[in-house]
Amino acid sequence: MSRSSFTTNSASPENSTEPEVDAGIEQTRRTLLLGALASTACLGCSPPARAGEDPPGSDERPQKGDVLVFSEGDKEGKLITAADVPAGGPPVHAWPKDPNTSVVRSASRLNEILIIKLDPAELDEKTRARAVDGIIAYSAICSHAGCPVTAWVKSDVGDKEVFKCMCHNSEYDPRAGAQVVFGPAPRRLAALPLALADGSLNVAGNFIGKVGGAQPG
Amino acid sequence: MSRKQWLLSGFVAFTCLASTAAISGPIENYSPVTTQRLENPEPGNWMLYRRTYDGQGYSPLDQINASNVKNLTPAWTFATGVVEGHEAPPIVNNGVMFVATPMGQVIALNAKTGDEYWRYKRQLPDDLFQLHPTSRGVGLWEDKLYLATTDDHVVALDAKTGKVVWDTKVQDYKKGQYMTLMPLIVDGKVIVGGSGGEFGVRGYVAAYDAKDGKELWRTFTIPGEGEPGHDTWQGEDWKNGGGSAWMTGNYDKETKTIYWGVGNAAPWPGETHPGDNLYTSSVLALDPNTGKIKTHHQYHQNDSWDWDEVDAPMLIDLQRDGRNIKSLVHPGRDAIFWVLERTPTKINYVAGWPFVSTDVWKGIEPESGKPIVDPAHKPVIGKRVEFCPSLWGGKDWPSAAYSQRTGLVYVPANENFCGGFTGEKVALKPGELWLGTKPEDIGLKAKPGADHFGELQAWDPATGKKVWQHNFPKSQLFGSVTATAGDLVFVGGTNDRNFRAFNAKTGELLWEQKTNSGIMGMPVSYEIDGTQYIAIQSGWGVDAQRIQDALATNNIGIEANVPQGGVIWVFALKK
Repeated sequence: MSRSSFTTNSASPENSTEPEVDAGIEQTRRTLLLGALASTACLGCSPPARAGEDPPGSDERPQKGDVLVFSEGDKEGKLITAADVPAGGPPVHAWPKDPNTSVVRSASRLNEILIIKLDPAELDEKTRARAVDGIIAYSAICSHAGCPVTAWVKSDVGDKEVFKCMCHNSEYDPRAGAQVVFGPAPRRLAALPLALADGSLNVAGNFIGKVGGAQPG
Repeated sequence: MSRKQWLLSGFVAFTCLASTAAISGPIENYSPVTTQRLENPEPGNWMLYRRTYDGQGYSPLDQINASNVKNLTPAWTFATGVVEGHEAPPIVNNGVMFVATPMGQVIALNAKTGDEYWRYKRQLPDDLFQLHPTSRGVGLWEDKLYLATTDDHVVALDAKTGKVVWDTKVQDYKKGQYMTLMPLIVDGKVIVGGSGGEFGVRGYVAAYDAKDGKELWRTFTIPGEGEPGHDTWQGEDWKNGGGSAWMTGNYDKETKTIYWGVGNAAPWPGETHPGDNLYTSSVLALDPNTGKIKTHHQYHQNDSWDWDEVDAPMLIDLQRDGRNIKSLVHPGRDAIFWVLERTPTKINYVAGWPFVSTDVWKGIEPESGKPIVDPAHKPVIGKRVEFCPSLWGGKDWPSAAYSQRTGLVYVPANENFCGGFTGEKVALKPGELWLGTKPEDIGLKAKPGADHFGELQAWDPATGKKVWQHNFPKSQLFGSVTATAGDLVFVGGTNDRNFRAFNAKTGELLWEQKTNSGIMGMPVSYEIDGTQYIAIQSGWGVDAQRIQDALATNNIGIEANVPQGGVIWVFALKK
C-alpha cells in the first residue's frame, strides 16, 4: 500500500519539544479525574430517576424516621448500620427508605445521601453536634450545577481528603459542615441530621440547606 | 381593604414599576430574518454562528483595522448575572443583540447602547445535572429565535418580546440527552444535534419546523440495520455507539448541503467497538430538506482517544496544486489539519498534516486519507497507554477562522499536553457515564520543560505552510477566533482574562484588553449608524476551567482560579 508519512513529533520549527510522556510530571489524583472530563464527561453520574414508574413517596425528600439503605454496590437496597460506615471514609452512598411502606425514595436523584464516619475531634462544633458517633450525612448533589459528589480524594488546596464533584472540581470539607474549599460551588452541601436506633442509622430531620444546584434568577 | 391586602397590593405595584424601569422593550421595528438575508448577510450583521453559512468566521467590516485597533475601547458592558462557561457569540440583527448564557437564559439588548429589551429564563429541572451548563447561541428566523436547551428541548421565542412561541421536547435529559449548540436555521428548518456520547447515546441530527416545532426528520449518526455503514459495527455496538453531534453545522447554499461534525465513538477504547464505526469522528453531508446522508468523510477510524470531530469544516474556495477546489477545511481534534474537497456526491481527501505534535499517527494513506495509527499509542483494554496530544486534542470545539483577504486559516491550538488511560470493559447503564475506563485511571500531563501551551496559528491551506504563530506561555488557548477585513484576528481563550487583536498578516499583537473573566466564546463584529463594534462574552468555565485545573496541578507555577461570571463586552474606536 502506498503511504505518505509525516514527522509526528514536530509540526513547526517552534514545536521543538519532544513528547516525553513516560517522563512526564507526576500526575496528581486531581489531574487524573480532570482528564476524564476532557470532552463531555460527567464522572460517576447517578442513575436517572424513574419518574412515572415509581411508587408513591419514592420521590419525596428524606423524612424523619426514614431508615437508610445502600444505593450502590453489593449491598444495594440493604439497611445501613453504624458498623457499615468505615472510619475515616470513604463515604457510603445511601437512599432513604420509608420503614412503614418499604418504599425506597430513589425516584429523585436529589435524595441520594453521603454518609461518612470521621474522628469527632476533627469536626467543627456545629458538625460535631449533628454527628452520631462521628457519623454525619450530606446531600450527594453538588450545589453548583447539580452534578453528583462521588469522590473522596485528597484536596489540592490542603492535606486532607474531601468530597469532590468531578463534573466541575468543587470540593467540600465534611468536617466543617461541607463548606466549599475549592471550585465553583457557591455554597455548602445540604446536611442531613442522623440518629441511631438499634445500631441502624435513620433520618432525624429534614435536609439543612438547599439540595441541588443553583437555579439562576 | 385589609391592612394585609393593602400591603400586598403595594408590593405588587412596586415590583411592576421596578420591572418596567429595568427594561426598554419590547422591540420596535424588528427586521425579520429570511433565507435571502441568511444566505447574503449584510456586512453589519452577525446572524449565524460563524456569521455566514460557510463557517469562515469572517467579518467584511474594516473601520477597525490594523492601523487603528490600538484605539479600541469599551463602548458598553452588560453583566449576565450567570456563572460558568459563556460560549455563545452575541447575535446581532439590525441593532438588536441576542445573547445566550449558561442555565438557559437569553438576553435581548439594544446593540448600540446595551439597554435590555427582555430576558428569557428557562426554568430548568431541579434534578438536572449539567455536564456542560452552557449554550452556544440562538438561531434566527423571521420574527422568532430558537434555543436548544440542556434539558433537551428546542424552544422558539418571539424576537420582540421573548415570550415562548413553542417548546418541543427532543429526548429525555434523565438519560444523558442534552444540547448546547446554536441551532442552524435553513429555509425555515431549525436543525440541531444532540450531546451525550459519554453516556453511550446514539447520536443524531434533527430538524424542526420553525413555525410550530414539529419534528421534520431525524438522522442518526450511527447507521442502523440495513443502512449504509452499519457493517462498520459489530453486534449491538451501534445501539450505544456515541457519535453525538453537539456543534452547529455549516451549509453550502449552492448545492443545498449541510456539513455536520460528528463526535467520537463510545466507549473510548476502540477494542470495545471493533470496526471503523461510521459515522463517528466524521463529517456528514446532509440534505436539509430530508436529513438524507449524501456522503461523508471519516477523519479517523475506530476512535480511542475521545477525539470528537464536532466542529464543522469551513467551506473555502482554494487554489491548490493548480486547480480550483471547493474545499472543506478542518483543523481536527485529532491534531491533523484536514483539507478536503466537496463535490455534490462525494468528499475527497486532498491533504492532511499535523498542526501540533502527535505520536498517534504515523502518516496518512494518500488515496483514502485514512491516518495510520501507531498502535503503541492507541488505548487498549487492560494496559495503560499514553498519547499526544491530550484528550482535548490539538484543537477542541473553539472554531478557527478564515480571512478572505489574507487567505489564511487562524487556529486556536494547544501544544505540549499529553494524556493516557487504561481501557476496561464496563457494562452500560443508561444515564450513567460510560467511558470504558476508570475515571481515576485517566491522566493529563504537561510535557516537561514546555515553555508554552496555547498557540494561535496562521496556516495557508493552499500550500500547507504555517505563516505565523503566537505562543501563550502559562496558558491554554481555548476560545474561538474571528477574522475581519481590517486585517485583524480577534481571540480570547487565555487564563489571564485578556481579549486580543493580532495583525492577520504578521501575527503581531496589536491590542489587548483585560476583562472580568476568561473568554471562551466567539468574537463578533457588527455595525450600527456607521460605527463598527466588536463584541464578546467573557465568562470562564467548563473545559477551559478543567484545563486550568490541570495546569495548576502540574507544578508549573499556574494557579487554578480564574474568576467566573459572565459579562458582554462591546468595543468601538475612541471618538
